[in-house]
Amino acid sequence: MSTVNRRAFLVRSAALGCSVAASPLVTPVSFAATPGAQRLVVIVLRGGMDGLSAIIPYGDPDHAAWRGDPAFGDEGALDLDGFFAMNAGLRGLSGLWDARQLGFVHAVSTPYRDKRSHFDGQDMLEAGISGGSVGMSRDGWLNRLVQTLPNATTQTAYAIGNDPLAILNGPAPVRRWSPEADLVLSPQAIRLARLVMQDDPAMAQALETAYALAEEDGDPLALEGGPHQMMTEMRNDMDAARGQSAVVRMAEFTAKQLREEARIASFSINGWDTHAHQEWALSRALESLSAAILTLQSELGAQRWAQTTVVAVTEFGRTVRVNGTRGTDHGTGGAMILAGGAVHGGRVVTDWPGLSEADLFERRDLRPTRDVRAHLGWILRGQFGLSRAEVTDTVFPGVDLGADPGLLL
Amino acid sequence: MFDPILAETRFGCGLSPAPPLAPPESVAAMLAGLTAPDTMAQRFPIQDYAAFRTRMIAREAQTAIRRKYRGTPKEDAAKKAIRVLNREARVDHLRWMAAHILRRVKTPTPLRERLVFFWADHFTATGKRGLIRRAVSPYMQSALRPHLAGRFEDLLIAAVTHPVMLDYLDQTRSFGPTSQAALHRPGRRGMNENLAREILELHTLGVGGPYTQGDVRELAELLTGLTHSAKNGRKFQRGWAEPGAEIVLGKSYGGTKNPHFRDIEAVLRDLAVHPATARHMARKLAVHFVTDRPDPALVAAIEARWRDTGGDLMQVYEALLTHPAAWDRSVTNFKQPFDFIASACRALEVPRAGLEDMTEGMLRNRFHTPMRLMGHVWQKPDGPDGLAEDDSAWITPQGMAARLHWAMAVPQLIMPELPDPRWFVQMALGGRVPPNVQFAAEAAESRSDGIGLVLASPAFQRM
Repeated sequence: MSTVNRRAFLVRSAALGCSVAASPLVTPVSFAATPGAQRLVVIVLRGGMDGLSAIIPYGDPDHAAWRGDPAFGDEGALDLDGFFAMNAGLRGLSGLWDARQLGFVHAVSTPYRDKRSHFDGQDMLEAGISGGSVGMSRDGWLNRLVQTLPNATTQTAYAIGNDPLAILNGPAPVRRWSPEADLVLSPQAIRLARLVMQDDPAMAQALETAYALAEEDGDPLALEGGPHQMMTEMRNDMDAARGQSAVVRMAEFTAKQLREEARIASFSINGWDTHAHQEWALSRALESLSAAILTLQSELGAQRWAQTTVVAVTEFGRTVRVNGTRGTDHGTGGAMILAGGAVHGGRVVTDWPGLSEADLFERRDLRPTRDVRAHLGWILRGQFGLSRAEVTDTVFPGVDLGADPGLLL
Repeated sequence: MFDPILAETRFGCGLSPAPPLAPPESVAAMLAGLTAPDTMAQRFPIQDYAAFRTRMIAREAQTAIRRKYRGTPKEDAAKKAIRVLNREARVDHLRWMAAHILRRVKTPTPLRERLVFFWADHFTATGKRGLIRRAVSPYMQSALRPHLAGRFEDLLIAAVTHPVMLDYLDQTRSFGPTSQAALHRPGRRGMNENLAREILELHTLGVGGPYTQGDVRELAELLTGLTHSAKNGRKFQRGWAEPGAEIVLGKSYGGTKNPHFRDIEAVLRDLAVHPATARHMARKLAVHFVTDRPDPALVAAIEARWRDTGGDLMQVYEALLTHPAAWDRSVTNFKQPFDFIASACRALEVPRAGLEDMTEGMLRNRFHTPMRLMGHVWQKPDGPDGLAEDDSAWITPQGMAARLHWAMAVPQLIMPELPDPRWFVQMALGGRVPPNVQFAAEAAESRSDGIGLVLASPAFQRM
């Protein structure tokens, strides 16, 4: 059989009586209404970003005693406002800062306290709930956001990469794909694979989504070719997905979806758990984050960028004191990074708690002065027009939303 | 109750067509396999960590030469020697992956191979920089495999004090804040909490366990001095250890004039038999081997046996395997990527020579890269909590695409001849063949598609 266009194949197999319409995911995208033009990208920084090294409060009188003075200069930290400076790893974003499209929120955290476990901390960050209920809900707050959007479709929200991204788990349908994945099969194999999966709804649904998505990265799904061709296809996808380019490729893929029907997307970046020799590791991670943000900006184009908010959040900050291995241990308060044309940037928003030992949380961590969910809640209000009640009852149950920090334009 | 097919799929490495590898007849036979001679380790060798260290020693020596003779031909020779050592380790780490697959293809005692991986995931570790990054299989071979059928406390000590774990969790240069070494170079040397926290949270009590930040801190202080070197492997540097006693969970450890590794062993032995550890581990075993939401009675039975026997692992496995809920066919798990690939190889009876003769590139393209696409980066964990147990973490569109792709493409590349799918479907599924899978195996256009569809079917991928 010659190469067959997948849609043509679907139509044909439908005529033969196969139930391809069973999945909402093969609905042609052009029929879908979209919930406005505003776009939100949430980047999960796994491992606990050290907010104090990313956005350095060098103007705090106690800072130098804990951390030493930052090195400024062409390849060093960049002063922001005379009090805060940003880490050299973020220098790539200085143009965004100057354009007031980059902002920071400091001394914030989830309600997670005391145990400082990555995994609990990430669960809470992604579930968006407070302490007592952790472990009870596996639903993510971005999924609850999708549920509140009146015109949301199966195309609205996207989880990108191999990371399970619990932040998007839940009843609202969400698309998941990794730009590394691909599928090249003969049409008959496509049909039979669908048949064998019928015995297992979870697997069947995953496969249907894979079919629907496999073509979107530009390669055809149905293709005549032996095992060597399949291996070549796999390898090409892998080659493009190594190192920092993997983050860039995820950002490119994210932008592609946001140019089409998607309005909400999430992916994660690892490498923040800097217990030892933090300087090197942290700037590498920040460079990856910077590359992701710049890729989103360039791939979205000016008009869409103006409607976009990118927010990078982490499960907790790190200890104020540098540990004995020139790193930092798990802490509490940290920072959040905002970028995008919709952001009222060029500012570090914070109710700064101070760094004297008495100011610290448990005499070791930056004291969080506001719940990160309050900031996120205000972003959702601004970006998607959610009501106060939708934020405090549904997306972030029980959050104390407080006054508007004015993070968006 | 006991079911020979489930014994192979749920607690083993999948069904094999080889007559000597017929399913076991009883739980007793499964357990007896764990104490039988380890023939697989002999037939498909993986270097132990002590032998691996000779590579690290050689590399350190070359690094010293390179530094000492900068700008001379000796420097170039040393650089070249380092490159060779790096390449050999990189290739061997893939060859050891092939050895792990072959052990699963050929083993008459498959529960052992499964337990090696269960514990390797529970004690997730990898080196971070340099050659030790390639030492995960040697770590499994030396620290885990010999202790599978012993007491948990011995396994715990072997794993969390192993150089690969010390490197992974930043213990190698953790100095007691008031140790001699720290006082000697003030401000330059100190402590971190990483290993201490993960011991309590992941390896023993569990995150819900009764410990506090104070316990983490005290345990971290007790662990100072624990480090390793290429020359000696694990070692205890007395001058790095925090002086004085440390109180962990209300009990005092150390505090004698000379800090000693025994103090660390003592706290680990207590943690190993703590009731919270029994609870945490009982649940973890049930989730890993049976289903994501196991019957509470099964968890309670394992937990009770752990407590009653102080973590005697043979007893614990027996409690798991003799409980009716362990054999409930109405619940399932989903194979993790390595289980999937290795069980496919076992069902296919992949020939030894085929795997052992593969080049680095072939091993990468046929196993390493596909597994990565399925969501498992071989021996390069995302974090110390290891692989996800939730089936939903693996049943993703990209994961399913990668599995289907592998099943269709790779068997024909690694087999001299593929079996008839109509026979294969019966064998691989132990005769329990859903009609759709039977139909697909017969209707496929080619043998390779037929085999691929059987391997990709829910009946094969569930366990």
